[in-house]
Amino acid sequence: MSGWLSARNLAVIVLLAALVLLPVYVELTGNRFLLTLFTRIIILALAAVSLNLILGYGGMMSFGHAVYLGIGGYAVGMLAHEGIYSGFVQWPLALSASALFALVIGALSLRTRGVYFIMITLAFAQMAYYVVAGLARYGGDDGLTIYKRSQFFEPINLSNKMQFYYICLALLYASIYLVWRIVNSRFGMVIQGSRSNDTRMRAIGFPTFRYKLICFVIAGTLCGLSGALLANHTDFVSPAMMYWTRSGDLIIMVVLGGMGSVIGPVFGAMALLVLEETLSGFTEYWQIILGPLLLLVVLFARGGIDGLLGKVRHA
Amino acid sequence: MPDLLQVENLAKRFGGIVATDDLSIAIPEGQLHAVIGPNGAGKTTLIAQLSGQYPPDSGRIGFAGSDITALPMPARSALGLARSFQITSLFLDLSVLDNVALAVQAHAGHSFHFWRHARRQRELRDPARAALARVGLNVRENLPASALSHGEHRQLELAMALASKPRMLLLDEPMAGLGPEESARMVATLRELKKELTILLVEHDMEAVFALADRITVLVYGRVIASGKPEEIRNNAQVRDAYLGEQEAVHG
Amino acid sequence: MTLFIEQCLNGLQFGLLLFMLAAGLTLVFGIMDLVNLAHGSLYMVGAYFAATFTAWTGSFLLGVAIALGGTLLVGMAVEVIVMRRLYGRDHLDHVLATFGLILFFDETVRLIWGPAGLSLPLPSWLNAPVQILPGVYYSAYKLSIIIVSLAVAAGLYFLVMRTRIGMLVRAGASNREMVGALGVNIKLLYTLVFGLGAALAGLAGLMQAPILTVQIGMGEIIIILAFVITVIGGIGSIRGAFVAAIFIGVVDTLGRAFFPDLLRMVLSPAAASTAAPALSSMLIYLLMAIVLVLKPEGLFSAGNK
Repeated sequence: MSGWLSARNLAVIVLLAALVLLPVYVELTGNRFLLTLFTRIIILALAAVSLNLILGYGGMMSFGHAVYLGIGGYAVGMLAHEGIYSGFVQWPLALSASALFALVIGALSLRTRGVYFIMITLAFAQMAYYVVAGLARYGGDDGLTIYKRSQFFEPINLSNKMQFYYICLALLYASIYLVWRIVNSRFGMVIQGSRSNDTRMRAIGFPTFRYKLICFVIAGTLCGLSGALLANHTDFVSPAMMYWTRSGDLIIMVVLGGMGSVIGPVFGAMALLVLEETLSGFTEYWQIILGPLLLLVVLFARGGIDGLLGKVRHA
Repeated sequence: MPDLLQVENLAKRFGGIVATDDLSIAIPEGQLHAVIGPNGAGKTTLIAQLSGQYPPDSGRIGFAGSDITALPMPARSALGLARSFQITSLFLDLSVLDNVALAVQAHAGHSFHFWRHARRQRELRDPARAALARVGLNVRENLPASALSHGEHRQLELAMALASKPRMLLLDEPMAGLGPEESARMVATLRELKKELTILLVEHDMEAVFALADRITVLVYGRVIASGKPEEIRNNAQVRDAYLGEQEAVHG
Repeated sequence: MTLFIEQCLNGLQFGLLLFMLAAGLTLVFGIMDLVNLAHGSLYMVGAYFAATFTAWTGSFLLGVAIALGGTLLVGMAVEVIVMRRLYGRDHLDHVLATFGLILFFDETVRLIWGPAGLSLPLPSWLNAPVQILPGVYYSAYKLSIIIVSLAVAAGLYFLVMRTRIGMLVRAGASNREMVGALGVNIKLLYTLVFGLGAALAGLAGLMQAPILTVQIGMGEIIIILAFVITVIGGIGSIRGAFVAAIFIGVVDTLGRAFFPDLLRMVLSPAAASTAAPALSSMLIYLLMAIVLVLKPEGLFSAGNK
């Protein structure tokens, strides 16, 4: 590989810089829509990065990851509904609730593997969906409007779109760094070894279940943060946030971007959401194109964008 | 001096098949003990029980003075009993060095360390490199394990077993599938290792067995039919009929 | 009491419907080791075809027959065009590709039939209550669903247990390579099996069409239950799917019908009405969790998956 200044690394640097400079561009051109779009992209990129931790690095194919978007979002939404607007209460709750759910679901699901694991994670996520949809007090199926965003101390004001964008971006970058450190640590080596050959890991002496479970919890918690951000962004939460097809969207982002790197999912989130925007400009039936496009990616470009840019999948 | 490994009256059935039948072996420290026998004799099942992969139906396994019969796999590995696999089971998408480093890491305490870069930790990489050097693979250390030849996989297998700094190695057909040159290299490596480790060697390659073994046990249908020094075994008529005769016919 | 009997029958009917959906899914998992998220799309196609062809031909039976044939064709086409390229690949590839298929089917249906969904009116000769016990009446249509489903289940049992093809199917479920080595035309076998699964899904879809729904996204809703049943019953086991499906169908129906009342006996009416719908929907998943804890490979798992 061509070392530091490969095409792919350059693309990454350009992307990261461009995201930082975006609000400046928006101020200059007045294209506020771009800011909204990219805030959403960043928030979902965070969710995708968290999914890649268990999917790309851990080999755990969870089809219920969107549930944490819902848990984090509803933690904010429900508390706001009850008149509790402090982010210092809402966000820790969002994170702990996600962590707890991940702990319980992970403990049950990780006893299975392969196809069973996919279906079980999917089923538990749907369970959460139905439970929340049944809570009439919090809007049920119709969802819940949030009238006031999470409050922190002055001068932080999440209703200021530019500020909110930078807060999300900072959290995304921090999370990327965190995940990068985790996957390269001893813990990360165990996770990667487990993905590669779980039986061998246990034979050489690693009790892999507990490591995978902790990884699962970390991923869920990060995604819960993403959910809290999403709730603030849309000023609205609904059970649809955790419908199982949303989990599919997250998986698409991860695969599209490339599972072999921490940053890959950011590419994927951008690609998917920008593609959605562009295609829906052409036709309202854009998913007819997206569907087969996905198929083609799976069959011919499994390394995702990362792969196309030349990054070989190294563990 | 008590034996390092003591197996007493081990027995195991799989449904109607008797895999291990009242098997007893005692191996003192420093010995290279070969276990030979025709296919289906239960050699791999024996190793599986010794390493903790399957529990025996009855009998006792003692290692370094403790009863390990019911001890789970990771714990046996922690006590110093390491095994290699007959069928290559490596981390194919990780690098050669990563493979061995994982084996080192398994014995370096818990792995709930989330921050420091594991690939830069000398306490993991140095012993891994040392193990690779012992089997002669260090020039290949940065390649993905999938890029290695079959013979090199067997060497890597051995390096991983060594990385855990074991007192005793359970080797399941390390020569499997190796050509003459690779086999000779493996024999030379094992001869070096003999000086510092106790080894239980399951093998079909008779040249290697007679070149390396201090003692040989012969298994047929899970039961010991003979056990003793190599010359005794070579001259044992029963063994010749049951096994060596076949082998000579095969090797021509 | 009559309510209880009626709900039991509803549960049975629902369970049988689920069985037909799950049977196809578990067959395809078991034999081709293929994770097919788009199985629900074939269920939807069956319902849409039934509504359309019944309206065109004016006859319920004719419309349904054509719909069934149509779904079978669609299923086989999907197998030949898409699924063939997925065999032997990573499960993640299956998940992504079939997820792409879901998007495609949903949008195509929206393109052809519009977003609003269709309705399929009950044929008049089935739209009458039947007296099954003194004083107990049950919908003729639902009764016929039960009868048809049981017949299909029996036919499936006969097919899998008593015919050569069935033997190949069972053998394939436990050892794919051997079946290939025996010289059987695997490609054809797979197409037929997939087609059978599609037909079963389509049948389930068209049978429930008059009484439940014909709308986009209906497949995504029901496929979860099919997955739960497959997990509980064990992948590859039709018998397991049958037992689990009936069980789930009955528990879910009775749960939704009677659980709120049970709750009202222990909780305040306000708390009960908040918690009831949420908790009733959780029941099935709790069941699945219990089975997982006790037997992670499912109750009747076949072979070495």
